[in-house]
Amino acid sequence: MTAPVNPKKLIKGAEHDWEVVIGMEIHAQVTSRSKLFSGASTEFGAEPNDHVSLVDAAMPGMLPVINEECVAQAVRTGLGLKARINHRSVFDRKNYFYPDLPQGYQISQYKDPIVGEGEVVVDLLDGESITVGIERLHLEQDAGKSLHDQNPTQSFVDLNRSGVALMEIVSQPDLRSSEEARAYMTKLRTILRYLGTCDGDMEKGSLRADVNVSVRRPGQPLGTRCEIKNVNSIRFIGQAIESEARRQIAIIEDGGTISQETRLYDPAKGETRSMRSKEEAHDYRYFPDPDLLPLEFDQAYVDALAEGLPELPDAKKARFVADFGLSAYDANVLVAERASADYYEAVARGRDGKAAANWVINELFGRLNKEGIGIDATPVSADQLGRIIDLIGEGVISGKIAKDLFEIVWTEGGDPRAVVEARGMKQVTDTGAIEAAVDDIIAKNHDKVQQAKEKPTLLGWFVGQTMKATGGKANPAAVNALLKSKLGIE
Amino acid sequence: MTDLNELSLAEARDGLKAKTFSAREIAQAHIAALEKARVLNAYLLETPDRALTMADASDAKIAKGDAGPLEGLPLGIKDLFCTEGVVTTAGSRILETFEPHYESAVSANLWRDGAVMLGKLNLDEFAMGSSNETSAYGDVISPWRRQENGVLSDAKIVPGGSSGGSAAAVAAHLCLGATATDTGGSIRQPAAFTGTVGIKPTYGRVSRWGTVAFASSLDQAGPIARTVRDCAILLGSMAGPDARDTTCVDLPVPDFEDAVSRGVKGLTIGIPKEYRVEGMPAEIQKLWDDGAAWLKDAGATIREISLPHTKLALPAYYIVAPAEASSNLARYDGVRYGLRVPGKDIAAMYENTRAAGFGREVKRRIMIGTYVLSAGYYDAYYVRAQKIRTLIKRDFEEAYAAGVDAILTPATPSAAFGIGEKASADPVEMYLNDVFTVTVNMAGLPGIAVPAGLDGQGLPLGLQLIGRPFDEETLFATAEVIERAAGRTVLPKAWW
Repeated sequence: MTAPVNPKKLIKGAEHDWEVVIGMEIHAQVTSRSKLFSGASTEFGAEPNDHVSLVDAAMPGMLPVINEECVAQAVRTGLGLKARINHRSVFDRKNYFYPDLPQGYQISQYKDPIVGEGEVVVDLLDGESITVGIERLHLEQDAGKSLHDQNPTQSFVDLNRSGVALMEIVSQPDLRSSEEARAYMTKLRTILRYLGTCDGDMEKGSLRADVNVSVRRPGQPLGTRCEIKNVNSIRFIGQAIESEARRQIAIIEDGGTISQETRLYDPAKGETRSMRSKEEAHDYRYFPDPDLLPLEFDQAYVDALAEGLPELPDAKKARFVADFGLSAYDANVLVAERASADYYEAVARGRDGKAAANWVINELFGRLNKEGIGIDATPVSADQLGRIIDLIGEGVISGKIAKDLFEIVWTEGGDPRAVVEARGMKQVTDTGAIEAAVDDIIAKNHDKVQQAKEKPTLLGWFVGQTMKATGGKANPAAVNALLKSKLGIE
Repeated sequence: MTDLNELSLAEARDGLKAKTFSAREIAQAHIAALEKARVLNAYLLETPDRALTMADASDAKIAKGDAGPLEGLPLGIKDLFCTEGVVTTAGSRILETFEPHYESAVSANLWRDGAVMLGKLNLDEFAMGSSNETSAYGDVISPWRRQENGVLSDAKIVPGGSSGGSAAAVAAHLCLGATATDTGGSIRQPAAFTGTVGIKPTYGRVSRWGTVAFASSLDQAGPIARTVRDCAILLGSMAGPDARDTTCVDLPVPDFEDAVSRGVKGLTIGIPKEYRVEGMPAEIQKLWDDGAAWLKDAGATIREISLPHTKLALPAYYIVAPAEASSNLARYDGVRYGLRVPGKDIAAMYENTRAAGFGREVKRRIMIGTYVLSAGYYDAYYVRAQKIRTLIKRDFEEAYAAGVDAILTPATPSAAFGIGEKASADPVEMYLNDVFTVTVNMAGLPGIAVPAGLDGQGLPLGLQLIGRPFDEETLFATAEVIERAAGRTVLPKAWW
């Protein structure tokens, strides 16, 4: 909060510039086979109430038993957030009535969470980076789902999600724009996916955010905040913040005051609306769950988990910059997904790292995006792409032919070198053959030859014609040199 | 020959082993006794067919020489233990038709060892009560009656609570032993009121899995039976580690029966001065003195001790227990099982269901619990009550550290009272019944109630022994000395 105000991030109101202050509570579904306190499966997409144990349905006399894998996942996540791991934490009951909450309380961690303060470094588009403080991470149960569209007069309840483990990751109010908020969410998602502690699938609801937004004049104390509940896409997080900040600014500039409340973002209307006011807020009557002992482990347990952690994006990025000579920007793009980074490393190993980055980012990612598929489904393997790059390096094909080759390998597969041989795609370096083509073009285009003497940029047209005549296989350097001498351009 | 249902559990076990009678015969004797004793309202549900099927299976096992430790012994099950395929009500309307698809850990352990189920026993609703007058299915009537000048009075007496059905059934020979639960005295107080023996083991000795919860940090199941030995036998089967209950300890179960005849020679018995409460009836004081004298005669050293925070236990208990109960009972909401009373929306459905499904005492405790956990009151009530709990625990720890092996107190401040005598009075009057027993739950310690005599009106009185954590063995040994010295309390001839 002591960070200097960045004027570029201020929002212009009718009268003043305003600073928006954002903190986020992110609910991340823990990757685990079974639920936080029961043996029922967490698999997505089952028929309603297929994955419900006696504990999840809160049958009389049923007791929760902690799933140790969920504890390990929370500790791994804490380590990934460079956070303090609490060797003793306590599960509390958060009491409220709701049909999708069978126990009548959610088991959560209130005063003593499993993970304390940490931080996340977030890179922004302009190349700057900010450090976002993590206040805490705690484990809690997810609720079930009410189904209102199955019957005209009754609502049904699906308890498949009831009791699934969530990590609630609470940030400090360190974010100052919708862009920062989106970048933070993106980075957190990347870290979770690297760790394998949450699949980050926002469409399935594996990751969702409660966004706290307030506005203030720069240098003033914090304004009253509103909490936007359950935002389930990174794009909507940005839109919700923009619309909420502008709503608050308009109210204050009109002489009104902001009342603390919980709001919902309506993506169709592009605005937030009130869900409940502070006065309507529940009294959750938190108290330690007497069915569960405090959760305790030692440093050796934490150390063992730390040892098993993968290289995380920040470290990987630094290594890519240092070892492969990449720009920070390219390195960022490559480490955004662990699978992309792994792919890139396989291509770059023993090759020119920058060339490999260009091919992966521009050609491969471009093509994947066009097809709307992920890196996991790429038809061109890292090995194949590496061989294409090798062929360029060896001078066997030109960069332009290489793109054609990439296209062939993408659609038809095969060993790139064999494809080049079979299809006669080899670059022509025989000066005689190129010269013949050049002479032919010069002979047919006297007017252009004359113009080129005055306007040397016409050289490009001749190069194009020559390449066309040689089926793109002519060595571009040789073509250039020949044309220059024959046209008398220096 | 004595009727088979009047044998002690140990005698019945030995008779079955010697094939003096069959499991079917002893089951039939009990089924006949049950039918004659329905006026006591001890059983909410009789399961004679199941009892005979189980007894026949036991006879087959006995014939094969494959008998379990409790083979063929008919028991009653407090209706707080979920029994698979057998309606389990917790004494409440809200669970009137609830049929569990699972068997509680305690009852499953008993069936594993060969015991036979006679039926489900009445109790105070959700185990909240000290007289069995809060059951939605009617009061349990004690088999005991006052005597005036040698004439049996007609006035109905309470069996105590919440395990009133268990205590009454055991006292009236309607089972050889019964399961019970104790959150603030619900095993020991009814045992004392009915001249039976009841032990609340150390918290964590018995799995709570499948037992309807009242106050999770205090609830503990135990047996009620007619002798100390019978209780030791039953607890040996009920107890044991269970990974499904995180608070259940991973300790081997000692041979409790082996400890029964160990005696008290060399033991130090503490007499806590704070239990000498104001207005204590002289006959309770005399009973207590007698108990100390018997133990001294048997070779124990008697030492006065101090448990300074005793008087805070009852008020603190009536914060902690309702707080946990208010949360534990939230699941009875009409959505998934049990009673549902429709309403115009979900909130109305909740309100209608819980208004119709819960009785007065349960509602009172839910409200108290909700209040003490509310924002602004939590620190003043719940947090302070937990601090008191720590102090009470420390009192006991210090006494034990100073060499005390067990502590002797009265089990209750009076003998059983008449039905209706306290039910309509100030609820605190009723809560005072637990004054000697709640400290034990607050500290998580084992406590046993053993009959020690009769009051001037011929009603039984009990003494309580409190032990070190997981030292139920010393309690059985000590209680047996009292049992032997006092002589078995003899139930007046059946009036029903």
